[in-house]
Amino acid sequence: MGQPCAVIGIGQTLYRRRRRDVSLDGLVREAALRALEDAALTFADIEAVVIGKAPDALEGVIMPELSLCDALGAVGKPIHRVHTAGSVGASTAISAAVLVESGRYDTVLTVAYEKQSEGNATWALSGGRSGGQGAGGTFAPWIREYIRRSEAPEHIGWMVAAKDRLNAVKNPYAHLNLPDITIEEVRRSPMLWDPIHFLESCPSSDGAAAMVLAAPDRARRSPRPPAWVLGHAKRTELSTFPGRDTVRPRAGVECAAALYDSVGITDPRSQIDVAELYVPFSWYEPMWLEGHLIAGEGEGWKMTDSGATAIDGDFPVNCSGGVLSSNPIGASGMIRCLEAANQVRGTAGDYQVDGARVALGHAYGGAAQYFAMWIVGSDLDVL
Amino acid sequence: MAVSDIAIVATAQTPAYAHYNGPEVQLIMSCVNRLLDSTGLHRDGIDFTIAGSCDYLSGMPFAFVSNLDGMGAWPPVYESHVEMDGAWALFEAWSRLQVGDIDVAMVVGSGRSSPCNAREVFHLQADPYAMAPLGLDPDSLAGIQARALIDAALTTEEEIAAVVVRSRAAAIHNPMAQVSGTVSVRDLMAEPYDMAPLRAHDIAPPADGAAAVIIATGDRARALTARPVWIRGIDHRIESHHPGLRDLTDSVSTRLAAAGIGIGAGSAPAPPPDVAELHVTHAHEEIILRSALDLGDATVINPSGGPLCGNPVMATGLIRVVEVADRIADGRAGRGVAHASSGAALQQNLLCCLEGDRPCEGVP
Repeated sequence: MGQPCAVIGIGQTLYRRRRRDVSLDGLVREAALRALEDAALTFADIEAVVIGKAPDALEGVIMPELSLCDALGAVGKPIHRVHTAGSVGASTAISAAVLVESGRYDTVLTVAYEKQSEGNATWALSGGRSGGQGAGGTFAPWIREYIRRSEAPEHIGWMVAAKDRLNAVKNPYAHLNLPDITIEEVRRSPMLWDPIHFLESCPSSDGAAAMVLAAPDRARRSPRPPAWVLGHAKRTELSTFPGRDTVRPRAGVECAAALYDSVGITDPRSQIDVAELYVPFSWYEPMWLEGHLIAGEGEGWKMTDSGATAIDGDFPVNCSGGVLSSNPIGASGMIRCLEAANQVRGTAGDYQVDGARVALGHAYGGAAQYFAMWIVGSDLDVL
Repeated sequence: MAVSDIAIVATAQTPAYAHYNGPEVQLIMSCVNRLLDSTGLHRDGIDFTIAGSCDYLSGMPFAFVSNLDGMGAWPPVYESHVEMDGAWALFEAWSRLQVGDIDVAMVVGSGRSSPCNAREVFHLQADPYAMAPLGLDPDSLAGIQARALIDAALTTEEEIAAVVVRSRAAAIHNPMAQVSGTVSVRDLMAEPYDMAPLRAHDIAPPADGAAAVIIATGDRARALTARPVWIRGIDHRIESHHPGLRDLTDSVSTRLAAAGIGIGAGSAPAPPPDVAELHVTHAHEEIILRSALDLGDATVINPSGGPLCGNPVMATGLIRVVEVADRIADGRAGRGVAHASSGAALQQNLLCCLEGDRPCEGVP
């Protein structure tokens, strides 16, 4: 079905609280040029561009493809823009992969970004109303419900927060650099939205991420190893209705099931070597381990507790430091996808998992209702 | 790789309302219900859904999320969204079906402009550093473009007015139109300037509305309708954002998109399309687009009245597709071109070439 698609170039900017040194154009171009350099290509080789970001209101620029097309070398080419809430970075990667798989294009550039310092994310994430609860306020009661259902001990969240920040120390692009963080320090940090402490929350970052995606002929000629997109899936459900399971949303379960089925995964925990999950608040690690069928119900926190999700565990999660360490919202999902690709290409540097051949990239958004996931592999027939 | 046959099998649009007193989701739902009714499909018979809309029109980040209610997203659906006109959602849906593993997609475009001042909102499309601070909104840039066209002796104010006269007369027969009627060039020329040399009637009034289509691959399309309208090509291109770097009197990106779908310069000779629906939100744009697409008298332009007579922003481009598809499906045209545009002064343009199984049976 369709032609295979591979990631042949990856580019990231430094993720920082404020990238005052670059304009929006400069930010996206920095990521795009690094991805092209990694693929040993230039803008002239690109046939189509797909961009993604969270709401236009975060920077106050409507339909930014119009003003960014020059910086992205898209003049004279197709460019389109995806927006699926917090899942957008992964959705954008998938939309770009579809352009290659369709057979219409052989080389596609995809870029996602956010310059959160240009606006007020909590305002925007509250639907443009002041005094809103923001993302943390939305998710806190669902996390509390997860803790109640699963009887997880409170320290699980603190463990995830410390683990991901220590992983981030190995990632030169990461926003937060907290080499001395301890579980005790997380516990003692201020309570923001019970049970979420300050250090269990993601930062607000500026940053952009980019990938060059290519058809097999181009991918096999690429100077560095390709990461093959073995499968992808998206599922969406309504924001709210009485009885909706917000802790284990049906769309998340069905998205994972469809993805695993499409690539022939029957035991995700053993067949996936490493995962980059969208964890903006610490507890979402065990919640998505369960919600995406990697662990049984009530078993996700035990994986975390046992050290299985540590970089040297049997199912490493967020070796790059994850969303908890860098969160340019619109790009965060794409970063999960490209870090999965980094692992199977063997280009993850100090946070490389030895021998990673199959990796999962994941993002979710809205009221935990948008899901976008992909599986990449070191070879087309690795599974 | 071979391009698969994909057809439009059902269309729907709402009227272009100057002010629709209700939520956008209701506009969407009316279109979705019509599509499901006319195809006999149940919601779970749609493999992929994709929508186009703009948060800023409602003044609410994530406004598109509530549109899911109108599209029916329970049980969970395979779905995506572009922050663009629904015509670009059609491009992605067409690409998705080309992959070959799924067969039926629904595409929606929707927007309500009446809660906002669209001219003020869309000035935020401009580059935020050098252009937006000047208050350079799309209507101002359209005025500059019209002036460039007149200065280059490529048109006159009378010719621009004649576009409005013809569009409004055509819209008399379009129950979805917001504006229609018999007017004369002389009457229009007596009106004051708005964005000189453009007058208020040369600028499409933003409206509220929605449109939607279902597309399907070859055999599924034939099973779903007796009159599939085949998408023979779809392409879109963008030009530089900086007006000073563009030739405003031409639409280079439209020419590139035309070449991309095999109807432009360098393509195999083909008879002219029977009908073209062009995303003309400023009357002079029709003159630029006719030239870029090399459209002569054999092609009927904007028989619906076009966006000048009904402009539900974010659906307007997809409505061009709907209008052409409807004319092909009912035999008034055999082959047609739909055009959608985004950005100021025709910065980005999409073309979709549509064709029926049978030649044109009569004058559209």
